[in-house]
Amino acid sequence: MGEIRDLYQEVILDHNKHPRNFHKMENADSTLDGYNPLCGDHYTFYLKFDGDSIGEVSFEGSGCAISKASASIMSTVLKGKSREEAETMFELFTGIVTGKIDPAEHIAELGKLAAFAGVSEFPVRVKCATLPWHTMHGALQGKNDNISTE
Amino acid sequence: MSTMWNDKTSVATQSATAAFDAWRVRADFPLLKQTVRGRPLIYLDNAASTQKPKVVIDTISRFYSEEYSNVHRGVHYFSQLATDLYEDARRTTQKFLNARHEEEIIFVRSTTEAINLVAQTFGRSKLGPGDEIIISAIEHHANIVPWQMICREKGATLRVIPMDEHGELILDAFEPMINEHTKLVSIVHVSNALGTINPVRDIIDIAHRHGVPVLIDGAQSVQHLPVDVQELDCDFFAMSGHKIYGPTGIGVLYGKKALLDDMPPYQGGGDMILSVTFERTVYNDIPYKFEAGTPNIAGAIGLAAALKYFRSHDITALAAHESELLSYATRKLQEIDALRIIGTAKEKASVISFTLCAVHPHDIGTILDQHGIAVRAGHHCAQPVMQHFGIPATVRASFSFYNTMEDVDALVHGIHSVLEVFA
Repeated sequence: MGEIRDLYQEVILDHNKHPRNFHKMENADSTLDGYNPLCGDHYTFYLKFDGDSIGEVSFEGSGCAISKASASIMSTVLKGKSREEAETMFELFTGIVTGKIDPAEHIAELGKLAAFAGVSEFPVRVKCATLPWHTMHGALQGKNDNISTE
Repeated sequence: MSTMWNDKTSVATQSATAAFDAWRVRADFPLLKQTVRGRPLIYLDNAASTQKPKVVIDTISRFYSEEYSNVHRGVHYFSQLATDLYEDARRTTQKFLNARHEEEIIFVRSTTEAINLVAQTFGRSKLGPGDEIIISAIEHHANIVPWQMICREKGATLRVIPMDEHGELILDAFEPMINEHTKLVSIVHVSNALGTINPVRDIIDIAHRHGVPVLIDGAQSVQHLPVDVQELDCDFFAMSGHKIYGPTGIGVLYGKKALLDDMPPYQGGGDMILSVTFERTVYNDIPYKFEAGTPNIAGAIGLAAALKYFRSHDITALAAHESELLSYATRKLQEIDALRIIGTAKEKASVISFTLCAVHPHDIGTILDQHGIAVRAGHHCAQPVMQHFGIPATVRASFSFYNTMEDVDALVHGIHSVLEVFA
């Protein structure tokens, strides 16, 4: 079961069970849906800006443990980040879960996101982890169409 | 039970009451000897596709090594040999479904293509504005979307027989839906998502009382139940090769001769014509009218090998074994408090869909995979069925005659591991 615990780390299980910022946001500056048609994961993300920085992030919806924990942790780490910082974290996160970036070299920047390093060993689950980030990336780029990871 | 299953090739020592020896059957399937991450493979994804017996693999290999050429073309030796084998495969399939005429068997790619063929030929020529097609709430997307497409094009309406909370069709609602605009009823025999065996015989009888033809989607039925298209009296029957131990890329459309003769061609090309000039083309007779281009010759021959292999078993003993697997698995899974079985019809094939409280099917599938257990997690190409039960997805364990009670125990053990991770 070693490998399974690499994927389902305590921090992921905790955020799945008790997702943070898991609610609808009134008066959001940006609202975007993320959808993975293959497994039915479906979330709505809400963003509120504070000047050029991200003020609040929240989300609602349903999906697997990996996608829900990813959305929850993302919502906590993006708060207060500038758009540029958020984009950098998007690149870093997608890099580690696809195995293109070695998480050991970015421990300080990753923080809790390091829990997702194990996802790279489960290729079919990469889309679960990246769905929230792709949706957020789309929202930051001003996209209005829903984001699909298929 | 039809006698067609017990022809002279059957193993004489088997009888309906003898215990089915799944362990002996397993030896015929090379892939079942594989390990997954050091663990023996427990293959419970048979409704998605079945594994292939060695005789099918060898038949295809021999065909390409020793017998191959194109069919219906040349006068040379191998063209004749390949044509004979291809047409033999048609007769084997005819015998398997007990079709009256061999030309009623059309080789296609899959059940999906068989249904699309009927939608694009029968549907295109018969449907007009205001006409209706009846399907059901339990259909696979392959028996929904082709009808939506042709209905939209023709201004026709798709009507849906409802389903109850057990995953059984509400038959009382069916007959009142039929009217003078109803052009076809198209119903799945066995539900891929829930395992429900639909009362297709009753549905066909009711539709025929009103003069409406019926298509039966047999993708999930022929590998579990004896099917006799004359006894059923269905007008069309669609099936796939890969779900009955044959190769991928080959499927069958059965249609009654009079209907097929009356239908326009599906695709244009070689083999489907008698003569071509730039002014006028004369179409070939059935089945060739519907088999444009070089067909999947090896696929048809591999399918015939699979059907012969399947039929070499005693279907009564096979069905009894699968039924035992279903009831044992149902009982063991029901003992798990957090588990809810989706689809509790009285008549079911050996397919069990379930959800596990607060654990998403995708997570269950990943953890079971770590135990070497292959199941399907998702909506099973039946999103309306999932919507009916108010869930996004299920885990589906689907059993073949080569599965054993030990496979069920492994599944139950795997589910307990899932619950430990998500405790």
